Amino acid sequence: MPTIVVNVMPKAELLDPQGKATTGALDRLGHGKFRNVRIGKRFELEVDGPITDEVKAEAREIAEQILSNSVIEDVVDIDFADGGAA
Amino acid sequence: MTARVGVITFPGSLDDRDAARAIRLVGAEPVALWHGDHDLQGVDAVVLPGGFSYGDYLRAGAIAAFSPIMREVVDAANSGTPVLGICNGFQMLVEAHLLPGGLIRNAHQQFIRRDQKLIVENAETAWTAEFTAGEEIVIPLKNADGGYIADEETLKRLEGEGLVAFRYAGVNPNGSQRDIAGLTNERGNVVGLMPHPEHAVEPGFGPDTHRVRSGVDGRRVFTSMLNSLVARV
Repeated sequence: MPTIVVNVMPKAELLDPQGKATTGALDRLGHGKFRNVRIGKRFELEVDGPITDEVKAEAREIAEQILSNSVIEDVVDIDFADGGAA
Repeated sequence: MTARVGVITFPGSLDDRDAARAIRLVGAEPVALWHGDHDLQGVDAVVLPGGFSYGDYLRAGAIAAFSPIMREVVDAANSGTPVLGICNGFQMLVEAHLLPGGLIRNAHQQFIRRDQKLIVENAETAWTAEFTAGEEIVIPLKNADGGYIADEETLKRLEGEGLVAFRYAGVNPNGSQRDIAGLTNERGNVVGLMPHPEHAVEPGFGPDTHRVRSGVDGRRVFTSMLNSLVARV
């Protein structure tokens, strides 16, 4: 079954408390050269049927309206599993 | 006639019964509503209670904001019905775009529970009219995702139009921008806040103020709503 992958990240200009805490942990573990960890979300959506242009449009709408909140997050990419990203 | 105030229960709501109790204590009739229905049962006002609806999966309040009854809540809010969102309910209101901005994980990453000082900034809403603008109150705060954020333009508009309803005083407990603890819409019928007025309505159970557990500062949130209903008739 084809799978569409949606990646969502917290907006770059906003504080990412999870990323900040993880950066601090890396630093304490001696990995101080890795800075500014930011944590986002990856969604995998299995599609029942072929990935048509309509399905892509619907996936884009889902990504922007439901999977992310544009006030605090950005949809950074959508991979339609057909070799092309949007 | 006794006012009927709906309290919506979502999967993972925690404070629905406390909200119902607060409504009963001020002399109104609480009406239990269910997230999966499309029926507000003709209530005069609606409370979205605190909790962790759907485990706060996706984003805090997000899946609840897409639940069936929220369509009726949005319609009711747009037609002037008083709607209060407490904590998780506030998160639902921003996810449903009834209030602007967003709520993210507390800046210090911890769940926090404290008796929180607030300034009532806007005392002209359906849920705050019994307070005085600038008044300091103490009610409990308990949340993990209480950091209020919005872009600079939105923050300026909120300040300029007096839409900040409550502001944290003394301590900013979660990194909220401009110490914002609660907001109202332009019409003043929709209010959302992170702290919990429904936990400060009865002597002996509220926060410590001048005596142990004496605080009842949350009570006037509910009496304000009752008076606003009388004024609407």
